[in-house]
Amino acid sequence: MKLFKALMAAAALALVTGAAQAARTDVTIAMQLEPPSLDPTTGGAAAAIRSVTYGNIFEGLTKIDSAGAVQPLLAKSWDISDDGLTYTFHLQDGVKFQDGTPLTAADVKYSLDTARGEKSVNAQKQLFAKIASVDAVDDHTVKVTLSGPQGDFLYNMGWGDAVIVSEKTAASNGTNPVGTGPYKLGEWVKGDHVTLTANPDYWGAKPAIQTATMKFISEPTAAVAAILAGDVDYFGGFPAPEALTQIKADPRLQIIVGATNGETVLAMNNGKAPLDNVKVRAAIAHAIDRKAIIDGAQFGYGTPIGSFFPPSDPAYIDLTSVSNFDPELSKKLLAEAGVSNLSLSLKLPPASYARAAGPIIQQELANVGIKVEISNVEWADWLSNVFKQKDYDLTIISHVEPNDYGIFARDDYYFAYKSDAYKKVVEEIGNTTDPKKQVELKQEAQKILANDFAAGFLFEYPFITIASKDLKGLWENQPIPAMPISEMSWSE
Amino acid sequence: MASYLAGRLASLLISLVVASIVIFLVIEVVPGDPAQFMLGLNAQPDTLAALRTQLGLDEPALIRYFTWIFGMLHGDFGISYTYRTPVSELVAQRIGVSAPLALLSLALTVIIGLPAGIIAAARRNSATDAAVMGATQLGIAVPNFWFAIMLVWIFAVILHWFPAGGFPGWNKGIWLGFKGLLLPSIALALPQAAILARVMRSSLLDTLGEDYIRTARAKGLPRAQALWKHAVRNALIPVLTIVGLQFSFLLAGGIIIENVFYLPGLGRLTFQGITQRDLITVKTVIMLLVFAVIFVNFLVEIAYVLVDPRLRRRA
Repeated sequence: MKLFKALMAAAALALVTGAAQAARTDVTIAMQLEPPSLDPTTGGAAAAIRSVTYGNIFEGLTKIDSAGAVQPLLAKSWDISDDGLTYTFHLQDGVKFQDGTPLTAADVKYSLDTARGEKSVNAQKQLFAKIASVDAVDDHTVKVTLSGPQGDFLYNMGWGDAVIVSEKTAASNGTNPVGTGPYKLGEWVKGDHVTLTANPDYWGAKPAIQTATMKFISEPTAAVAAILAGDVDYFGGFPAPEALTQIKADPRLQIIVGATNGETVLAMNNGKAPLDNVKVRAAIAHAIDRKAIIDGAQFGYGTPIGSFFPPSDPAYIDLTSVSNFDPELSKKLLAEAGVSNLSLSLKLPPASYARAAGPIIQQELANVGIKVEISNVEWADWLSNVFKQKDYDLTIISHVEPNDYGIFARDDYYFAYKSDAYKKVVEEIGNTTDPKKQVELKQEAQKILANDFAAGFLFEYPFITIASKDLKGLWENQPIPAMPISEMSWSE
Repeated sequence: MASYLAGRLASLLISLVVASIVIFLVIEVVPGDPAQFMLGLNAQPDTLAALRTQLGLDEPALIRYFTWIFGMLHGDFGISYTYRTPVSELVAQRIGVSAPLALLSLALTVIIGLPAGIIAAARRNSATDAAVMGATQLGIAVPNFWFAIMLVWIFAVILHWFPAGGFPGWNKGIWLGFKGLLLPSIALALPQAAILARVMRSSLLDTLGEDYIRTARAKGLPRAQALWKHAVRNALIPVLTIVGLQFSFLLAGGIIIENVFYLPGLGRLTFQGITQRDLITVKTVIMLLVFAVIFVNFLVEIAYVLVDPRLRRRA
């Protein structure tokens, strides 16, 4: 009891002294994975690269805000020609790269031309596929001509992969990034942390946080200890929902559960018998109880989905009833398809959601008479065998890129799903600039995938944030992988 | 003595060549494409091809083997696929954590393990002996990751005496660096100290049973002198072997502890390299570890000669 009193007194003292001081200007952030590079345009697809650099070190012509909407950034405004083919961007005045070089239209031309060029190693090269030419009209005006209309062109230019870099520093941006953003690289101790410091010459509003340290803690248990010890103020995208009970009990901390663009699916190899039969795929889909999976594998965090579209999108429609949990129907469909004693492989990548959901799905499919053989594979193994060679029957994975419904229209993709109707709709979405028509088409696309049972659609992957209660301005959702530090501040 | 050394040195070199071939071959057959891993699920075929060319992955295996070997002989370890920085730089940074960690752990192991073993043997079947044996039993049985987590909870989460993990870097001051390594080295050292204490005890008991000790005692040498001057020195040979093995283990095998304390050490670099197919880093780090292990064994063999004059004369 004495100890308890002493603790309370100490806590009260801490509160009082805390209030008397000015608000903190530093923040320590934990990330599960270290970015392999700090150049989002050449460093590969790792989300960690975007989390560290997007909107912090590098900026694009447009930006995606926390609600997923397109906002002006380096381009303060733009004009679109009536045919939707020419975009004229007007650049902000007074923007400087962190090495002092002013930003000009030539830098924009260089960045876009490099990203779409022959030697490009940009992980999202498809974003630039429709660009026919980029011209610097004058120092502050860039004209981009497209080969065909593209509804989400401005959105695409807001991706982390489409940021503007300077030709002068392009070769060394991976280790020593130089962008136009509000923060510059302080130090990068590989394997341990990256420190960003406020850029005193930033063209926009001055941020509240002056120093941000991003620590790489791969082990969730270690991360929980670091958070409880007060070594870490913020962990966005916490991977271990099972550890949240411990965090919840701590009054200094807040937990925010938001959404990502990650559609978690039970992918089925549509090209392999008997999964090429829609009745068999339907039988598998109806055998799955999404709630059991979300509760069992995700401790209740995650939103059920019935097609390949994020619930946060305005065009989303709830199609979970198309593949509702109905084991009897499932058995009936299998009988109709003439399939018995079905035995399938289920390859699980190392992500914890996949490893946890696998055995539940195995059990659920066993209930309708489908035998499932689980094998755990490494990521690199998954990429070469499942993804590239299509050597699998079933696998579980979360597809995290925004607006990625187009992957079901790709012939060579590992789903091996082929539907001319779907391809046609996806192509039309690309060519349509009318927002209302786009919504209709996107809903059409969702229905096709749901009715074809192109995959077992499980849940939208949640974005779990753990942070100190006094830290404000955190992104609740992850419309794109980002962690803009300039939006954060400490309450006084 | 010289021919003994030459023989040891030749065996060291042969081991290294064989190891390099085995490592290269094993890495070659590992499935997975570094370029695909880096570019992710949306990558287009032309982008993959461009990256493969950039990384030098499309050269024949034999050429890559010799480029690798000759590069290493010149101190050029290649460029990491993932980080795109020289592997030598990455490894140097990691050794700056792993080597001090291993040395600190080894020092703790020896400081705790040897005296404990000697005391237990000297007071055989006493209460002290029983206590030491019980403690070592526990030290071996407790998984060190669990012990590490307990240390974090007690000293970081509850007492706030230490950071929960991470390594600030030596440039922030020796004391902070030492502080960052202390808990992990305790977690690493205790099970090793337990093993060492048991080996020391049984080796010393064997030696104490030898005729020459009885003779020395019969000639009137006090018990303590017989123990320290004759028995301990002779009991050290098997102990040295264990210490050598332990150092190799502490240098290379700290991956679990590195994960619990999120230390940027060699173990994590290797583990991350394997998952991300940063194969050039993996084979270089493994080669260096193999070199370190073989070299430590070489040193242990030399140490035998120093401890045991008979080996010197025979050689």
